[in-house]
Amino acid sequence: MIDKKQTQHIAKLARLDIKEEELEDFQKDLSKIIDYFNIIEKVDTSDVPPTFHPTEEFLKIGMERMREDQVFSLSPEIVDRLIDAFPKKEKRYLLIKSIFQ
Amino acid sequence: MDLCKLDILTAHKALINKEISALELTNAFLERIKKKDKEISAFLEVSEDQALKKAKEIDEMIAKGEKLSLLAGIPMAVKDNILVKGTKTTCGSKILENYNSPYDATCIKKLKEKGVVILGKTNLDEFAMGASTENSAFFPTKNPYDLDRVPGGSSGGSCAAVSADLCCFALGSDTGGSIRQPASFCGVIGLKPTYGTVSRYGLVAFASSLDQIGPITKTLKDAEIVFEVISGKDPLDSTSIDFQFSPKDIDLKNIKAGVPKEYLVEGIDKEVKEAFTEAIEKAKKQGIKIEEISLPHTKYALSVYYLIATSEASANLARYDGIKYGFSSEKAKDLQEIYFQSRGRGFGKEVKRRIMLGTFALSAGYYDAYYLKAEKVRTLIKSDFLQVFKKVDIILTPVSPTLPFKLGEKINDPLQMYLSDIFTVSASLAGLPALSVPVAFKQNLPVGLQIIGKYFHENTILKVGRVFSIRDTAKD
Repeated sequence: MIDKKQTQHIAKLARLDIKEEELEDFQKDLSKIIDYFNIIEKVDTSDVPPTFHPTEEFLKIGMERMREDQVFSLSPEIVDRLIDAFPKKEKRYLLIKSIFQ
Repeated sequence: MDLCKLDILTAHKALINKEISALELTNAFLERIKKKDKEISAFLEVSEDQALKKAKEIDEMIAKGEKLSLLAGIPMAVKDNILVKGTKTTCGSKILENYNSPYDATCIKKLKEKGVVILGKTNLDEFAMGASTENSAFFPTKNPYDLDRVPGGSSGGSCAAVSADLCCFALGSDTGGSIRQPASFCGVIGLKPTYGTVSRYGLVAFASSLDQIGPITKTLKDAEIVFEVISGKDPLDSTSIDFQFSPKDIDLKNIKAGVPKEYLVEGIDKEVKEAFTEAIEKAKKQGIKIEEISLPHTKYALSVYYLIATSEASANLARYDGIKYGFSSEKAKDLQEIYFQSRGRGFGKEVKRRIMLGTFALSAGYYDAYYLKAEKVRTLIKSDFLQVFKKVDIILTPVSPTLPFKLGEKINDPLQMYLSDIFTVSASLAGLPALSVPVAFKQNLPVGLQIIGKYFHENTILKVGRVFSIRDTAKD
């Protein structure tokens, strides 16, 4: 069970603007779903390692052994498209609000 | 000849024998989309000009007597979370409403090299989060068998398009059942391959350790044809595995199938149970040995899946910040407000719900009890499968506990909607290949059977599927 204050806190961590009238719905839904999740508490997982990657054993290069860094060049056409997607730009620079007062 | 009903293999033969032209084939589908998609709403975007241009190119190749690949000139549809250069990729979300794909996903690049004709992009639950396609920010897709019902989700647009003959085949993505469940609801073939066999480069990330692209087709042979093209190692996806699929014949008499006792307990529609029992009988008649098996951690799978999927989603979707691309709030006064407002207004309700669930599971004080615990139980779920696969070659289960449900029926109860995935999430958590095959019609609605295979044994499940499929007509 999580309360409204916690719901608000989670929304803040997730950088989501949640309207006051939506808050109650989210609080109810999240509580119900998290209650359902609690079933996994019962499983004995002492000495059980986590599985972050389901088929890691089939990779020639494991998660620990990373490949060498290599420079891939991106075609100028793709770079242009990425720049085109900027919501705000000046020439080919991404424009953001100033972060210092 | 009804061109829109042709499967890949039959269409290919008609093309090389010059019974039809690629342009005629593409036009037939474009016409049908214009006529039929008003009621089904499978497509978010139809790329008519690109499709016609490609079809003409293929016709020129035929005229010159060049050798055609099996997929040359074949009209297909692509789920709108896969990048296709020259189209938008919206993910069914307001936040990407005007996002133009900057490049081709690796699977699209491979298919284009074979000469496919891309008809357009199909509808989905926003960011592939849902089981009904009702979470699309644009409109819901309807089930071609009953327009009052959902096509399933999240690849509902792709499955409805294949089912309604609006394309010859389609691509979908499956995180916890998003290819298999809508394939079952729409009466088509849907394959979720072994995790890592198809590059995810150019697939918009939802849950990176679960997402996998796969084919949605009219016949099992067609699924082989498409999977053979899209599988393989890709340097642009570090989780992709060095595995190249190639179909071969198998002897069904040597196949042992397991039926997990944990899957047939409560909450399954009578019709689904009936269809499943009939399918088992059919298997026995074909000489497949059936054995009861146990996957003891099944009851935890749904919780484990939703904890992991939402945690990964909360991290993956952090990139939508209103700064680099996508919807950006105009009203924001400072940088913080851009984040909060763009995300608050750009994402739909279910996406916000899942981001919040994942944020909770990963947050200080809860990480060990929820996220890490789930990843540990995932290990136990995977070992259940490894144990069972020492005894049997395949596992048979229903795809969904219910028949296709009515639009609006579950949309206000997220937990009920999540329960739609109860039979499909386990194979996703373990990274195993799984297939949905239409096996029956109950109350005039299609019902699918799920066949789960060992790692990289797509060939086995696709061959065994032929025993059951009521749709398969293509022969080698």
